[in-house]
Amino acid sequence: MTDTNEHSATRNRPGLVQRFMRDTELDTRLLGMLGALALIWVGFHVYGALSNGFGAFLTPRNLWNLSVQTASIGIMACGMVLVIITRHIDLSVGSVLGFCAVIMGITQVWFLPKLVGLEHWSIWIIACIVGMIAGTLVGAIHGWLIAYLSIPAFIVTLGGLLVWRGAAFLITRGETISPLDSTFKLLGGGPNGAVGATGSWIVGIIASIAVVALIIMGRARRRRFDFRLRPIWAEWFIGIISVGAVVGAVLLVNAYPWPTGIVRRYAAANDIEIPEGGLFISHGFAIPVLILLAVIVVMTVVMNRTRFGRYVYAIGGNPEAAALAGINTRWMTVKIFALMGFLTGLSAVVASARLGSATNALGTLDELYVIAAAVIGGTSLSGGVGTIYGAVLGAFVMQSLQTGMVLIGFDAAVQQVVVGGVLVLAVYLDNLYRRSSK
Amino acid sequence: MSSKTNTGTPLIDMRDICISFGGVHAVDHVSVDLYPGEVVGLLGHNGAGKSTLIKILSGAYKMDSGEIYVNGERAEIRSPRDARRYNIETIYQTLALADNLDAASNLFLGRELTSPLGLVDDDAMESEARKIMARLNPNFQKFKDPVSALSGGQRQSVAIARAVYFNAQILIMDEPTAALGPHETQMVSELITQLKAEGIGIFLISHDIHDVMELCDRASVMKNGKLVGTVNVADVTDDDLLSMIILGKQPGKAA
Repeated sequence: MTDTNEHSATRNRPGLVQRFMRDTELDTRLLGMLGALALIWVGFHVYGALSNGFGAFLTPRNLWNLSVQTASIGIMACGMVLVIITRHIDLSVGSVLGFCAVIMGITQVWFLPKLVGLEHWSIWIIACIVGMIAGTLVGAIHGWLIAYLSIPAFIVTLGGLLVWRGAAFLITRGETISPLDSTFKLLGGGPNGAVGATGSWIVGIIASIAVVALIIMGRARRRRFDFRLRPIWAEWFIGIISVGAVVGAVLLVNAYPWPTGIVRRYAAANDIEIPEGGLFISHGFAIPVLILLAVIVVMTVVMNRTRFGRYVYAIGGNPEAAALAGINTRWMTVKIFALMGFLTGLSAVVASARLGSATNALGTLDELYVIAAAVIGGTSLSGGVGTIYGAVLGAFVMQSLQTGMVLIGFDAAVQQVVVGGVLVLAVYLDNLYRRSSK
Repeated sequence: MSSKTNTGTPLIDMRDICISFGGVHAVDHVSVDLYPGEVVGLLGHNGAGKSTLIKILSGAYKMDSGEIYVNGERAEIRSPRDARRYNIETIYQTLALADNLDAASNLFLGRELTSPLGLVDDDAMESEARKIMARLNPNFQKFKDPVSALSGGQRQSVAIARAVYFNAQILIMDEPTAALGPHETQMVSELITQLKAEGIGIFLISHDIHDVMELCDRASVMKNGKLVGTVNVADVTDDDLLSMIILGKQPGKAA
């Protein structure tokens, strides 16, 4: 009690980098992941440029496609983070995705057209709701078995992996369900399933305003409680970098034009004359990417600013302590798995809409990519640690590796070897990081 | 510490409590009570049933039979939440902290402060945590770190702060000084004396006879799930207590 100020004494004159990190309060893990992602992107691009004479990776087209391809896994990874934080696992998400897709497929192809007519405006809405309810129920059943019957999550969801894939097959009798409703298909991306240049600028402006508002509000809150404020330059730095990233993303998606064939059809349908150099119509953000963004924002708020999120972390850190603090840990488990199921249903919307049909095989092996994304993103399998943005970045890393290897012409076997190796390496590096930061 | 005669309504009156696990009577027809401003020590060997008894009061275990009265009224304690509603706070031997969360999050775990929108207000919680820690452990600075990064004493002070912050009427302390150095033990002793003066009733589970002799007004001794007896500490010696613990004999009865 007598030796005060031990705190300030130990902090003897930090270096420039340390001071920078301290003042900006940036997460070193986040920076590390962004660095790894940048390395992968530049690496593939340079490799392509050297060996094939054309770097295909860092092009608007490829990065746009990358964003769409990541959406489905990314959405599920956001749920998997919660499951893994609470020391569980969900091996069933791929099968549940297939099951939900099939349910939505038959809803909009077999049932609804008879009731309301083909291509009715309400079909896509009803189909989505039915699919997400199906996913939520499946998740809740898993959670209930885990929490109230004390069956390990590994076993319940391993069973689920077989059960729901089989159920999907039984429903469709192995048929491919198509064609899906045309509005529904927009949710999967593609030239029509994107919001265009103007829409993307609107999204970008809203995001920029949100970033600035968060910085200003954060500062006001700190002042209210007399906490240490970030230096003004650090606030500006973070603001400019964030807004710059948003603007960069908008410019990127707007730099990817519709293919000429689609432009021609569009022009013919709308009586537009195609000028000499061709008509440049931007894709803009794909709808599935916007869905993923919405999921990221909502789930980040849920994890950081709601009691539910706080309890998820508490249960992961010390289940017994959470229970002694009056948290109903069993009911929480049901809710967490139900949420995982809901996000799987949402992901099924994106995946089947992108494919334009629903098959019982949709989402096969997705569980492994989703788990890998969460783990590469820094979610600890021993529980208590993990972030939404990390998992989504992890999904981007996985997808970037895969896309990059396709672009430079590695065959599927090599891709599997590399992705598997990277997963193990990522967890090893994460362990090193954790040990050194302790 | 004068041997005072407790009159009036006890804060806590646990009557004829029984609980068994798989045929083992962990707590076997035990009755204890606690008055305002009193410290009652619970003594006994490992496995004597004192922690189990206390976990019934804090809502962690459900008793098989028996009755609990809080301020003279029959209380139904089925969960930790129920116990908290009766202003019963517990400092567990394991501290029951979520290691991955910071001090403020642990302090308010299960009772988070929220903004008008219903979102968790971390800044308000940190601010409150700073206030209470300034009182309990003025050296405490690590508000941003997860509690796994704290020393044993610091972790203990977070656990104590959690129990004290919410205006406990009844405080249960399970081996509060077991992991502490002499300096911090002294701090806990001072705290107990201070809380006692505020009229809070405290159940103190301890192995340390000297602690009990110094801090407690009465001591209840358990052995093999049964209550050996409850004595006024001022009326007995260290040896009396020891023989109660080891031999299970009431002083003056069979001695």
